[in-house]
Amino acid sequence: MAKKFEYEKGKMVPVPSHSIIPERDVDKSPILECSHLGIQFGGLKAVDDLNLTVGRTEIAGLIGPNGAGKTTVFNLLTKVYQPTMGTILLDGQDTSGKTTVQINRMGIARTFQNIRLFGNLSVEDNVKIGLHNQEAYSMFTGILRLPKYWKQERTAHERAMELLSIFDMQDLAGHKAGSLPYGAQRRLEIVRALATNPSLLLLDEPAAGMNPSETAELMENIVKIRDTFQIAILLIEHDMNLVMGICEGICVLNFGQIIAKGTAEEIQANPAVIEAYLGKKKEG
Amino acid sequence: MKNYFKGMKAVTKMDYATYAGVILAFVIVSLCQSFGLLNRSVSGMLVPICAYVCMALSLNLTVGVLGELSLGHAGFMSVGAFTGIITSMSLSTTVPNELARVVLALVVGMIFAAITGVIVGVPVLRLRGDYLAIVTLAFGEIIKDIINCLLVGWDENGLHIALNIDGTKSIASLGLSENGIEIIKGAQGASGNDRIATFTVGFVLVLITLVVVLNLVRSRTGRAVMAIRDNRIAAESVGINVTKYKLMAFVTSAALAGAAGALFGLNYSSVSAVQFDFNTSILVLVYVVLGGLGNMWGSIIATVVLYVLPEALRSFSDYRMLAYAIVLILVMLATNNDQLKGLLAKVIPVRKKGDAIDG
Repeated sequence: MAKKFEYEKGKMVPVPSHSIIPERDVDKSPILECSHLGIQFGGLKAVDDLNLTVGRTEIAGLIGPNGAGKTTVFNLLTKVYQPTMGTILLDGQDTSGKTTVQINRMGIARTFQNIRLFGNLSVEDNVKIGLHNQEAYSMFTGILRLPKYWKQERTAHERAMELLSIFDMQDLAGHKAGSLPYGAQRRLEIVRALATNPSLLLLDEPAAGMNPSETAELMENIVKIRDTFQIAILLIEHDMNLVMGICEGICVLNFGQIIAKGTAEEIQANPAVIEAYLGKKKEG
Repeated sequence: MKNYFKGMKAVTKMDYATYAGVILAFVIVSLCQSFGLLNRSVSGMLVPICAYVCMALSLNLTVGVLGELSLGHAGFMSVGAFTGIITSMSLSTTVPNELARVVLALVVGMIFAAITGVIVGVPVLRLRGDYLAIVTLAFGEIIKDIINCLLVGWDENGLHIALNIDGTKSIASLGLSENGIEIIKGAQGASGNDRIATFTVGFVLVLITLVVVLNLVRSRTGRAVMAIRDNRIAAESVGINVTKYKLMAFVTSAALAGAAGALFGLNYSSVSAVQFDFNTSILVLVYVVLGGLGNMWGSIIATVVLYVLPEALRSFSDYRMLAYAIVLILVMLATNNDQLKGLLAKVIPVRKKGDAIDG
């Protein structure tokens, strides 16, 4: 195993040194800075020496073949796993030692590759749970239904409806989340993540299981979300039309290491990326 | 008025229907009682039914809403019952008003059960998996054993408490003065208590429990708790402090069980710890499961029916528990039968398909 890893490592091209931050973000400090980030499970380096910067309003893509460690990167960013190496700076603040809950409060929200909705609850309640930390009444206020309860619940209801309207889902508010069609469940996860008021949104395969027209709609909506909320979005996706269509910066991961960074054109022309996806051309 | 109801959500309607049903039941039973239509055995069952309804509602908070299995709910009932009895007996001269004493006893029972809930919950609710079931199972037995060797008395000097661990102590070793009251006498339990619990107090407690549970479920806290039940990882990812909300729900549930226990204890002149054993915990769990997890009105109906049923079957004497078991199995089969469910849905069109069930 280790030998194979060395072999792959030898094939790597040097990481482009230039930043992939879009022009409008150049003067602002990046929202996310990972340096030398890594995690080791026993002898396996699932993610190794990952350097990644995401601008304040950038849509960035993280791609790579199956098992490259993309979701592990998300799990490291949200502290589902504690990194064994390196640092993550969110908005200039060090996130080491923070829990998943604290990370969410600091401004990272995510969706999951295998949908994790609150299936028995209504669509509206799913979004309201995302609004949890923006409401601030105590358990006793809730039980006694003091004026503060009614006021905040009304605000939460209005905000939830507003967020659902991004994907035209207001009419589904009363439905059970688990009974929604697959595409709608994926969209609801994005709405729920947005409800936590993030500055960085991590989308794990948002277009999985969607048909081409749904994907096209999703692409528009991702851009719309970035424009309206002025947040950064980092997404993992296998649908290259989506990635090449909307991502301003793309980062390619293989065997836990970054093999290329750059714009869509640069990535498409990069021989290391082509090799990682399609294999090496036979010599001769 | 009609438009007002039309605008309400199905769950809100359901809540009001539950309140209305409980109040209606109270009014009907009270009327029957005042016209002397209830015989002694039926009117004797009213307060325990109220206590068990509160137990089922509070356990539903842990099992149905939080999604954690608790096998020692009777332990909290026991804590509430005995602290309630101690309060009621030791205040019998200072607070002669019975109603005030009942209320005080319920509050004290609630507080002590809540404290016990914190002690049990803090270490266990940090863990994932079924640890709570195991620990609460042990907790129920521990509480039973502690109360079995507990000696409590009251005189002018205050409360006398001793633990009869090695079996050498008796109530005499408390050194009570002549006017002293022996409250808890070890394995004999508490006897000679004032029976000050009334059906009205029971009804009010049921109503309070119902309001607490339903309002909790429909609030920010309740949503957080249900989020943890449905998907713990997702709940963490949206910034919900899992341990905190688990503990909140569990302690609330324990506190309500304590109040129910105090009500139960104050209804009998003699109460002993063995009444709150594992079987009682399972009995309440059966009420909750058959009533439907997270379904409050279901818990109430299941409790009333299943509490009355063994009493009604008393004439079958030896076959009583057999018949009870058969009824339980039939109900379980019926509630899992899709055809029957479809039929029921036609008769009671309350919960439409696709509607969310929360709480």
